[in-house]
Amino acid sequence: MTTKSVLLVGVGGQGTILASKLLTTGLMQAGYDVKMSEIHGMSQRGGSVSSQVRYGEKVLSPVIEPGGADILVSFEVMEALRWLNYLKPTGKVIVNQYQLPPMPVITGEAVYAADIIEDLRAHADVTVVNAAAIASELGNPKAMNIVLLGAIIKAMQLTDIDWEQLIRETVKPAFVDLNIKAVHRGMEAVE
Amino acid sequence: MKKLLTGDEAIARGAYEAGVHFAAAYPGTPSTEILENLAQYKEVYAEWSPNEKVALEGAIGASIAGGRSIASMKHVGLNVAADPLFTFVYTGVNGGAVIVTADEPAMYSSQNEQDNRNYAKAAKLPMLEPADSQECLDMVKLAFEISESFDTPVLMRLTTRVCHAKSLVQCGERQEVPIREYHRQMDKYVCVPAVSRKLRIKLAQRLKKLAAYSEQTPINFAQYNDLKVGVITSGDCYFYAQEVFGDTVSYLKLGMTNPLPVNLIREFCQKVEKIYIIEENDPYLEEAVRQLGFAPIGQELFPYTGELTPEVIRQAVFGQVLPTIEYDQSKIVGRPPTLCAGCPHRGFFYEIGRRKDIMVCGDIGCYALGSAKPFNAIDTTICMGASISMGHGAQKIFKLGEKPTKVVSVLGDSTFFHTGINSLINVAYNQSSTVNIILDNRITGMTGHQENPGSGYTVKGEPTNLIDIETLVKALGFRHVRTVDPNDLTLLKETLDAFLDLDEPSVIITRWPCALKKFSKEDKEEFRDAFCQKYVVDTETCIGCRICMRAGCPALSFDQETKKAKVDKVQCLGCGVCAQICPKKAIKKEDK
Ligand SMILES: Cc1ncc(C[n+]2csc(CCOP(=O)(O)OP(=O)(O)O)c2C)c(N)n1
Ligand code: SF4
Ligand code: SF4
Repeated sequence: MTTKSVLLVGVGGQGTILASKLLTTGLMQAGYDVKMSEIHGMSQRGGSVSSQVRYGEKVLSPVIEPGGADILVSFEVMEALRWLNYLKPTGKVIVNQYQLPPMPVITGEAVYAADIIEDLRAHADVTVVNAAAIASELGNPKAMNIVLLGAIIKAMQLTDIDWEQLIRETVKPAFVDLNIKAVHRGMEAVE
Repeated sequence: MKKLLTGDEAIARGAYEAGVHFAAAYPGTPSTEILENLAQYKEVYAEWSPNEKVALEGAIGASIAGGRSIASMKHVGLNVAADPLFTFVYTGVNGGAVIVTADEPAMYSSQNEQDNRNYAKAAKLPMLEPADSQECLDMVKLAFEISESFDTPVLMRLTTRVCHAKSLVQCGERQEVPIREYHRQMDKYVCVPAVSRKLRIKLAQRLKKLAAYSEQTPINFAQYNDLKVGVITSGDCYFYAQEVFGDTVSYLKLGMTNPLPVNLIREFCQKVEKIYIIEENDPYLEEAVRQLGFAPIGQELFPYTGELTPEVIRQAVFGQVLPTIEYDQSKIVGRPPTLCAGCPHRGFFYEIGRRKDIMVCGDIGCYALGSAKPFNAIDTTICMGASISMGHGAQKIFKLGEKPTKVVSVLGDSTFFHTGINSLINVAYNQSSTVNIILDNRITGMTGHQENPGSGYTVKGEPTNLIDIETLVKALGFRHVRTVDPNDLTLLKETLDAFLDLDEPSVIITRWPCALKKFSKEDKEEFRDAFCQKYVVDTETCIGCRICMRAGCPALSFDQETKKAKVDKVQCLGCGVCAQICPKKAIKKEDK
């Protein structure tokens, strides 16, 4: 198989790192070669962040090129537009219906456009997931990242992997049930 | 067992498996996780040192005493540790010693982009450059062997992507290595001129042996495919090049890049028609290949700055990248990093940013974000500890003028212990009238919350002696020292006013924990009411003036529809800074 590339983007502190950790561990256990690249450091302080996951028979570069991602999963609306050039023209976008105003918007120098999702739709196959609402419904807004993980699993046809078991092995016992529910709700959110 | 590890984790694992006894570091992206992971092995003694020089010197002592030791640091950290490094190469080791430098092409979290391969050449020690996590693990083990068999410290050069990318690694078991016997050897470890002259000759002989080793080590290897193009490369660039060229070109992959295997390089260059050198930052390999009389294509084609990721190589060689979606990017708003909601540095930068007639010498830490909007409150940032000493120099010059500009120097607690303390000694000794601010947020924030000499805990989480900054500063002889709560803007303003008026040096310590700090027992007692209550905007009172936006808090935004300020409840940590700024007192503590 050719190498697949999953690009997770968001804002520092949104939990992209845990989502990509679960994803890569699941892929590894399923027997794929996996590489993942993240930039830590300065950007954690509310900056734009990305986790780049690549898997297949043999993966060479750990980084995804512009035009190289099979799927772009954005934890925040503006970030999807920022990273859209990393998507293959035939790729898919999953975008969380969730906005975090960047500092120039807060200070009033720039505006956060209201029609970004329409823009995305005009250029790619887009699925909007209201992960924030789903996670709140499940009782913890922070589980948003796991809802989105579920969406990735479905969109990349990785449902054969035993994600429930992996969640049991990885997350704190108190969060296991919540996260299992969140993963399933995320899968249901994608056709 | 195979594990998915970052390069940093694999270095730690490899050093552990190699039986390392002593590990020391000062945090710095992207090297920090090496020591954090080593500290998790109970067999390994691990410590955060106050700076990289101290870390390396600790490792040198441990090596001479017979243990295997490792010191890790970010690229600029090796500048700080360069003094011991250059002479440690003369003495050689007893127990194996490895130094890890983590370079940052593209400067994701760094003030510069220096290429530390130059240090290996300048200091004359062997250097290994792993390309992925498996190589990190294998090469650190090999580095200990080289160190002991050739009697030399070994440098490992990593880059951001090697440090932080994860890939599959075959892990092994720890091999316990006995501590070697120590006995006094003045002709080896006492570098006075008479000894060093002899050691210098030995060093030259050692380098010859290492050069011969470099020719036959399996970590330097050629992969012959089509001979039209040959790529010479090292580190992560090897995988980037493979991603772009696959099996269509030949490769010379160098894992040991000092001394270089000149015969191997010559042989490769003679076989291929065209030579590409793919390396990040300086033309280190390129110059070596040129010296052998070949004409490779390097920086005339590939950029000298940034990372040589596949897109960069593709663009350079083929003039185009992969097909991408074309779209209107004008709606994209930049998202620069910001001080967190509830960050204790916010109040200080709000206050200092309002004073226009001063110079603010900044330093390296989260508070470097005080230079960003809306504060715009920093004049300089050079390197760790430089704020106080640069401020001192600047103040001496300003003093020569008619109406001297006042200088405020500002750094964090970890940076103070790193090298800021030396700078403050200079202020005390040579008396400049600067106002010196130590933003004590009780932790090393920027690099991900590491303990430091002022936090009361070791890297292993064990309680230890806590160095009290105020006591220390007073012991240096400062007469004007005050510790304040940075969320109390009135107190902060009064203190600044008073100290800026002095014709003597002064020190202000702001003491409040980082918003992301995991509280210790002591923090819970000292900062009982920290981060407990949220603030809300009373929309009746808010007149929509936007003045509170000057707090630059990510939890605070302006609602375009209602034309009122809005606090995001999830993010707000209740520091109260915005509430003190609001001229109408419209931001209030939420009823519990
Ligand atoms: C010589 C050197 N070593 C390490 C670093 C990496 N580094 C940047 S900021 C920082 C720590 C800052 O901590 P502190 O001064 O306590 O400020 P805070 O981030 O907590 O506000 C470190 C370790 C560096 N830039 N230079
Ligand atoms: S990590 Fe701590 S010190 Fe750094 S910006 Fe956030 S709150 Fe401030
Ligand atoms: S009190 Fe104001 S400045 Fe402080 S965290 Fe909350 S919104 Fe931000």
